[in-house]
Formats: sequence, structure tokens, C-alpha cells
Amino acid sequence: MTRYAGNAAAIRALVREQEVHRDVYVSEEVFQLEMEHMFPNSWVYVGHDSQVPNPGDYFGTTIGTQPILLVRHTDGTVKVLHNRCPHKGTRITSETCGNAGKFFRCPYHAWSFRTDGSLLAIPLKKGYENTGFEQSHAASGMAPVRHIRNYRGFVFAKINDGGLDFEEFFGESLSSFDNMIDRSPVGQLKVAGGVLRYMHNCNWKMLVENQTDTCHPMVAHESSAGTVVEVWKKAPPGTKKPMAVEIIAPFMSPYEFFENMGIRIWDNGHGHTGVHHSIHSDYSAVPGYFDKMKAAYGEERAKAILGENRHNTVYFPNIMIKGPIQLLRHFKPIAANKTLVESWTFQLVDAPDMLLERTLMYNRLINAPTSIVGHDDLEMYERAQEGLHSNGNEWVNLQRLYSPDEAGQTNVAVNGTSEWPMRHQFRAWTKFMTMGM
Amino acid sequence: MVTEAQVKNAIPTDQELIDFVVREARLIDQQRFDEWLDLYADDAFYWMPLEWNQTDPRLTCSLMYEDKLLLSIRVERLKGARTFSQKPKSRCHHVLQTPQVDSRDPAANNYVTWTPMHYIETRMDEQTLYAAWATHHLSVENGTLKIKLKRVDLINCDAAFGNIQLFM
Repeated sequence: MTRYAGNAAAIRALVREQEVHRDVYVSEEVFQLEMEHMFPNSWVYVGHDSQVPNPGDYFGTTIGTQPILLVRHTDGTVKVLHNRCPHKGTRITSETCGNAGKFFRCPYHAWSFRTDGSLLAIPLKKGYENTGFEQSHAASGMAPVRHIRNYRGFVFAKINDGGLDFEEFFGESLSSFDNMIDRSPVGQLKVAGGVLRYMHNCNWKMLVENQTDTCHPMVAHESSAGTVVEVWKKAPPGTKKPMAVEIIAPFMSPYEFFENMGIRIWDNGHGHTGVHHSIHSDYSAVPGYFDKMKAAYGEERAKAILGENRHNTVYFPNIMIKGPIQLLRHFKPIAANKTLVESWTFQLVDAPDMLLERTLMYNRLINAPTSIVGHDDLEMYERAQEGLHSNGNEWVNLQRLYSPDEAGQTNVAVNGTSEWPMRHQFRAWTKFMTMGM
Repeated sequence: MVTEAQVKNAIPTDQELIDFVVREARLIDQQRFDEWLDLYADDAFYWMPLEWNQTDPRLTCSLMYEDKLLLSIRVERLKGARTFSQKPKSRCHHVLQTPQVDSRDPAANNYVTWTPMHYIETRMDEQTLYAAWATHHLSVENGTLKIKLKRVDLINCDAAFGNIQLFM
């Protein structure tokens, strides 16, 4: 039974000002429409150009559920190609990342393609003479995604021709990327340390919403962060606070801490927590780092860069970055009830190694499938995915600190426990779902 | 079953090393986590690499690289009244090959064993099988064997996993 396909009114009716219908999380049909419309209409994160430093380097990932390749072309620019052979559909690359040399070669029938996707050669080409092959879909090779942007190393792509241009889509929200990158004395990041991959049996949007949900840490994470606080109390007086305690204990901060930290709202579903301070504010200084920053930027600018403590910046639709610790989480949709979470980390080029060490410790303590904090969260998502099948109430409430005049407002800072970011994400969701319908 | 890991002489026999590794797995399976934690030296690490043949736990990410403080936090958390991901509790089961003694260095007080194993973790209706190799670096402290480093290399260390909540 199709209820939503081609029916923009039915999709709009799923999102009310203060609540959303459970079908946005549980309906496979809605999920398929997200893949057909919402993701292709949006600028979606692909990868970082440091993953493909040399000509011929490639990295395989997805936009929504579509397999794509990030490639370094022979002219030094990055390209994004659909990762299927135009002949039979075979995925071209064997490994997630590698180097193709001067061209890709399909392992099935040896069709080959330049690193911009254009068709290079077909064995026994004579067999296509006088068949009208030039007019076929296959003749254009591995289809490139036409709309791509490399923003200071971070590569985004938009599959559809319609929608907004890059600047209009992101607007002022790019300041969070700027701050993360500027934390390198030479203004450059590099993917480092490996990626944590964590499978979640829940809808991808539950993860996105959770990034600005500041009323859950002291409750859901009482078991992990609360235990850290209790165990640490028993340490002999004067013991130096370990990095791990600095990282996990702030999750137990009281409601007032999160109320006062603030949330900023930008257009198109983007926003960040931690306008004034965050759980990353009180980390110990890393020896030698500030001196390098001061030498690179001057004291005032260095202090301004490091004085930002943005907590989680959500970029609609499906990534979150943590500028102060150079971490990016990618919430990759697989099915209505299945999401792969990839947590990537970055090295600040020309900064002390201890910063990367702390970032990696944060990543494994918080984002690994072996993380006690991760266990707390996933338990809640999976219970929600199950509970939403109840017919007792078909709606999910997003009403906290609602104000009737908030639609259309942008670049405003509000109380840090507001659910405005979630309402805002769903306004963008409706917009990009129904665009062109 | 006795939990002490005392050795008869200053230098442990191969059999004592093997018995120790087998006993460690049994304490986990029986969820005797306080006794299990006592098997670890104060400066011990439990390491579960993320990469195949990983050599660096510091600047390469791991699934776990935890000192005794973090291990004790895990053990305390498992007992917590509000540890919702353990309501109901997980259970686990080890099948070990006979541990092999890879190296013995009495002068350095360092003994290394290598143990291929299958590990099963289950909770509610889900049961997951993992295959791994455990490497134990052991030493004798006050007449008792202690773990200095336990390294668990999963055969699919780079795969996407759901929750792994207990200890391999």
C-alpha cells in the first residue's frame, strides 16, 4: 500500500509544529521517499579530501543508500562518481579505499573509465558499431555527481539539479567547520586514527535529534558518566584527574549547565549546541599548542578560535561535527529501522599529537560499539523504535520551549534545552522531501 | 572453583599459565567481575584493536584501550540500578583453544600466551558470535600471576558491530 509516494500533502501532514507522526521513523515507504527525494535534494557529506591525496586515489561511501566514490582526478580536483559500471551495474572498486592508477577497470568485462568517470575503452568495441551505442546511458561512463563542493577539505555533493546552491543551503553554519579547521596552526585537517563503525537498529533521525538533545545525558548516561563520577570520588586526594574522567564526567552536568550553554539555530535544519560553553570547555591545556596558535594567528585571534566551545553542530541531513575535538559523526541510513554510524577523527596539521590522542580517546569512550556511553544511547533508540509501533499514540512530541513565531527565524541563540533544533530539522525535512514533488 | 592465581614457585610452569588464562575466561562467563578485576595488575591495560595488525594504541583508534580505572568503572556500571542497557542483563560464553605459551622470560618477569577463541554474547533474543585471538602478557607479583596486558584481536575488528557490552 502506498500512502505517501507523490503525495506532498500527506508528507507535510506528518510534521506538525510541535509533534511528528511516527511514520517518519518506522515507515519503509517514507524511508524510500527520503532516499528518492530528501537526500538527493540536499547537500550531503561525502568525505574529506585528505582521504584521497594522490591522483587515482578513491574512497567509497554512500549518499543515502546510493554507492558513490570520492576520487582524486588526474588534474588534481576531486570528483564524486556513482559507483556502478554503466554496463551491468557491477560495483567498480573492490576495497573501500585505494588507488585506481590512471583509470578504473570493471572486474566483470574490463570496461575502463578515466578518473572523472568518462568511458575510456571497451574490449571488442566493434560489437557496438552501428548499434546506436553513443546514445546509450552506458556511453557516458560512470555517471558523475554534478553538484559537488570541496569546502576547505570537506566534500559535499547534491545529486539532484534542483534545490539550493551550496552557500544558500549552509549559510552561516559553515562557521563551525571554519572553527574546527582554524584550530590547526596551518588551517588544515587530515583524517587520522581510523573510523569507528557502529550498527544501530533504529531510524537515522533518532541519532541526528539526539545530538542536540540536552535533557538526556544526566538521565540516560547516569549509568556510565554517573559511575565515573562516583568511582573518581574514591581516588586519593591530589590524584591528577585522568583524561578519561575529564571526557566522561561532564555528561553528568546538571540541567542548568545545559540550559545555559545555549543552542543556535540556522536555516535548513542546521544548528549547534554550546553557544556559551560546553562539555569540552574544561579540558586540560595541551603543552605547546597555544604557542603554536599564537605564532600562527596572533594572540587575539588564537584566543578567539580556541574560545569557541561549540558542543555538537548538526548539519542537515545526517552529520554532526565537534569542532573543539575534531570529530565528525556520519549517520548513514540503511533502512527505516537500521543506521550505520561512522565516527571519524581528524588530526590538526602541525599541532601536538596529544590533541589527536585525546580525540581518539573521546571517540572510543563515547562512540565505539564497545562504549558504555554508546550502550546507554543505543538502548534508548532501540526501545523507541520498538515503542513507536504502539497504536496508543501515533505522535512524537517535540514541544519543549516551543514558540509560535520560531518558523523562519535564523541565527538565533536560545535556551540550551530547547527542542527547537529538532522542530527545525523537521521543517527542513518537509522542505527537501517535497521539493519537486 | 578457587580464584587465586598463586604459583608454586617463583617461575610459573606452562600449565600454570594455561590454567590462569582458562580461569580468567571462566570468571567472565560466570560474571564474577570483581574477582576477574583482581587478576589485573594495577598498571594493566585491556586492549581491543580496531585495525588488523595494529601496533599503536595511542594515535590509532581502538575498540577498547582501558586501564584498570576504566575497567573498574565498567564493572561498577554493570551493577547499577539505572544501567538500562543491562536490563535484562547480557550473558557471555567463551570457547578457548588450549592457550599456547609463546614466550617465557623469567628475568623480565614476562610470560606471553596466545589463545584462539570463540566468544558469544547474548541479550534477550539476540545472540552474536565473535572469533578472536587473545594475547596475555602475564607476570608474577607477590607469588600470584597478574595480567599486565590482555590484547583481544577480533578476526573482523574493522566490521560494524552492534553493542558489545561484556568482556572477551
